[in-house]
Amino acid sequence: MSTLHPTLDHAGHDDSHGHGHGHHELTFIQKYVFSTDHKIIGIQFLVTTLLMLMVGGALALGVRWQLARPWEYMPIAGDLTFGRDGGQISPEYYTMLFTMHATVMIFLVIIPVLAGAFGNFLIPLMIGADDMAFPTLNMLSYWFMWPAILFFAFALGLGPEWLTHVRGGMDAGSAQGWTSYPLLSALKQAAPGSEMSQTWWLMAVTFVGVSSMMGSVNYMTTIINMRAPGMTLFRMPLTIWAMFITAILQAFALPVLTAAGFMLVADRVLGTCFFIPAGIVVNNAAPTIGGGQTLLWQHLFWFYSHPAVYIMLLPAMGMVSDMLSCMSRKPIFGYKPMVYSMAAIAGLGFIVWGHHMFISGMNPALGMTFMVSTMMIALPSAIKTFNWIGTIWGGRLQFNAVMLNCIAFVSMFIIGGLSGIFMAAVPVDIYIHDTYFIVAHFHYVLFGSTLFGVFAGIQFWFPKMWGRLMNDSVAKVHFVLSFIGFNVTFFPMHLLGVAGMPRRYADPYHFEYLSHLLPLNQVMTAAAFLMGFAQFLLLGNFLFSIFFGEKCGRNPWNANGLEWTAPSPPGHGNFDILPVVYHGPYEYSSPISGDKDFLMQTEYIPLAQRGIESGH
Amino acid sequence: MGRFWAVFFVASAVIAVGLCWVAPSYGLWFPGTLKGGFGAGVAHSSIGKKIDDLFYLVLVIVAVTYIGTHAVLGYVLWRGATIKPEEKVLFSHGSHSLEVIWTIVPAGILLYIALYQMDVWAAYRFKEFSPKKAEAVAEVTARQFEWRIRYPARGKTLMPTPQPDDVYTVNELHVPTGRPVSISLKTEDVQHAFFVPELRIKQDAVPGLTIPVWFDVDEPRQYEMVCAELCGWGHYKMKARLIAVSDEDFGAWKDKAALEQFDDGFKKPAE
Repeated sequence: MSTLHPTLDHAGHDDSHGHGHGHHELTFIQKYVFSTDHKIIGIQFLVTTLLMLMVGGALALGVRWQLARPWEYMPIAGDLTFGRDGGQISPEYYTMLFTMHATVMIFLVIIPVLAGAFGNFLIPLMIGADDMAFPTLNMLSYWFMWPAILFFAFALGLGPEWLTHVRGGMDAGSAQGWTSYPLLSALKQAAPGSEMSQTWWLMAVTFVGVSSMMGSVNYMTTIINMRAPGMTLFRMPLTIWAMFITAILQAFALPVLTAAGFMLVADRVLGTCFFIPAGIVVNNAAPTIGGGQTLLWQHLFWFYSHPAVYIMLLPAMGMVSDMLSCMSRKPIFGYKPMVYSMAAIAGLGFIVWGHHMFISGMNPALGMTFMVSTMMIALPSAIKTFNWIGTIWGGRLQFNAVMLNCIAFVSMFIIGGLSGIFMAAVPVDIYIHDTYFIVAHFHYVLFGSTLFGVFAGIQFWFPKMWGRLMNDSVAKVHFVLSFIGFNVTFFPMHLLGVAGMPRRYADPYHFEYLSHLLPLNQVMTAAAFLMGFAQFLLLGNFLFSIFFGEKCGRNPWNANGLEWTAPSPPGHGNFDILPVVYHGPYEYSSPISGDKDFLMQTEYIPLAQRGIESGH
Repeated sequence: MGRFWAVFFVASAVIAVGLCWVAPSYGLWFPGTLKGGFGAGVAHSSIGKKIDDLFYLVLVIVAVTYIGTHAVLGYVLWRGATIKPEEKVLFSHGSHSLEVIWTIVPAGILLYIALYQMDVWAAYRFKEFSPKKAEAVAEVTARQFEWRIRYPARGKTLMPTPQPDDVYTVNELHVPTGRPVSISLKTEDVQHAFFVPELRIKQDAVPGLTIPVWFDVDEPRQYEMVCAELCGWGHYKMKARLIAVSDEDFGAWKDKAALEQFDDGFKKPAE
């Protein structure tokens, strides 16, 4: 760049680059279905994951129904989906419900909504690129989700029997838990859900993995190579840092899960014995030949799935940092500590997987090592939390729905993080392992943190997607109902866990020491239904606002990032003026920005006007 | 409106703390014998008591942190809600000394918890009643969906393979109280987990492995024994009991059980 003042005229010279793709006519299908435009792909991911959120939520409500009214006839939904069981949830149906709830929420909602939807939509816009480095690969990463969704539907027992070979419909849906521990997942005789549906489940996870991997390669390449002039690494918004670190995590962790998945498929289909020891008799079937180790699966699975926990959290952390700073009209507190702590979380994330296995029978000495590393990973999370509070401190807070969801993120993350310390303490984990305490903990992290961050993100970047604002009042009602519903549902789960209620029980109440927990579970179920139905407000607001929302300009939030210099919605190629970056992304209320309380990254302030050095 | 939201988030934290505070009196706390009306059950094994103590230590640290962070969060929200239009926003990119403080202090606390708990873990898994010191009383084999238990005959030691004079029970694990005992935990089919909530003892039963679990029970009575690892559709119904009795009663029970088991109805002819 020869000039420090990007102008329309200047952008004209770059047209051959910026608008190069736009000149040949695209058919409707090329433009909106098999699109290579990162924004369309991001929106495709977003809409798909929002629909899957409702599916996963419905499965969760099935679980909650059984816990509140065990073995009772379920009106409407019961007749529709398990009418042949008399509208009652059967135990095998219940195991399918929680398995597929977790599967859908993790593989089809949380991971793709963060990396797929927001990663796709935001990365090129926030770093000033016209698209992803590999647009076709990007398109494929979305369309590889569909075989996964189809196969998960088969795993749920929804496909026709002649095609899927799942005998028994939804009662024979995949039911090993999302962790799919062998031998339950390896031997077909172990449960109705261990038959063909489990093979479909493994194939689906493989497709999700391929999709994520394509995304991850793309994000890394794009962020490294395609930043706008002046966008140094330490001027990148924290969202981009988070996406970058997440992409690295995925690239290194995912192959392990894919390999493990193929090994398990081989065990099931080809007769290998990677995970099957000798002489096991399941349901009077012939003894296994064996020679394998079931613990091997747990190691491989958690080697992926613990980093995956951070894949499901880091992007939300980054997005919330951006939104908190904007809505507090104040620079982010401790930008570099935020970056370093994300890097630390990613690094430590690879050496803590054993904390899922403290009572699994692995060498107890290993438990000590994993305990210390797990304790240490709490540290960067604590630093981030303090910095978020520091960001709010002394700001001019805009209490809109975006801000409220972000504050909820911080508040819920504190609970989720602190409850993690209990289970990091190995001896305490002996007791609370596989109880509802664990269920409470990961819902506070995955729903309380990530999903509230996603709610905020949807409302924050919605104007950039459609050129219209979402209705703030409806969004606030949605927030309040979700927040109350969420906390009433999940906070008491800590207490259930301390009371010793194990996870994945279709009917805990026939144990004497758990029988008094029924009334509390009924309250929780009522709250869960409230929370579930509140999501229709989000969907309704989303759909309504696409067509009838208040129109807005390029920068409705007076934010600093590059995405706000592009038109809303941005055309193909994103920027009409090629952005040049002069500042970090968080210069809100800067003394050098004059009357405004924001300073866009592209705005050049001549040296003479800078009363004081901003430090960047 | 901003003040309302500041109060809203603080209130949610207050309710959370309050709920935990009253939970024991509604039975929503540890199972076990209640101590003096407080409502928190007391563990019935020495390792369980150590686990409870550690839990309460972590709970205090966590509660102080939670209340502290939410007090500060409430304060900054209130301040941000009441800032006057003419008032300037604090333009700050952070503070090096604050970062150092809130790195070192939590690191110290976390390291303290990490080192403090090592002893309890070692007690559970390494020292004190290592398998050599604890008498192996039974082999517990989990299967879908029950527990099969094999005891050595009175006066004999538990052998890895079944012996002709072994005593068997299903879903009832008899152990003597007052001294460390160990069981050999196995599974016949898929993975299960041995969990006795009132003793705070849990261990996965892994296909292909035999895992020793040792503990002591302080009070002679029945304890519920459950499965804690998903093992199929009937996971929730692996209902069993751990029956702890005094040493003499244990021997007497085993004699009686052996008599019943080997009784074939054949009697000595009258002389």
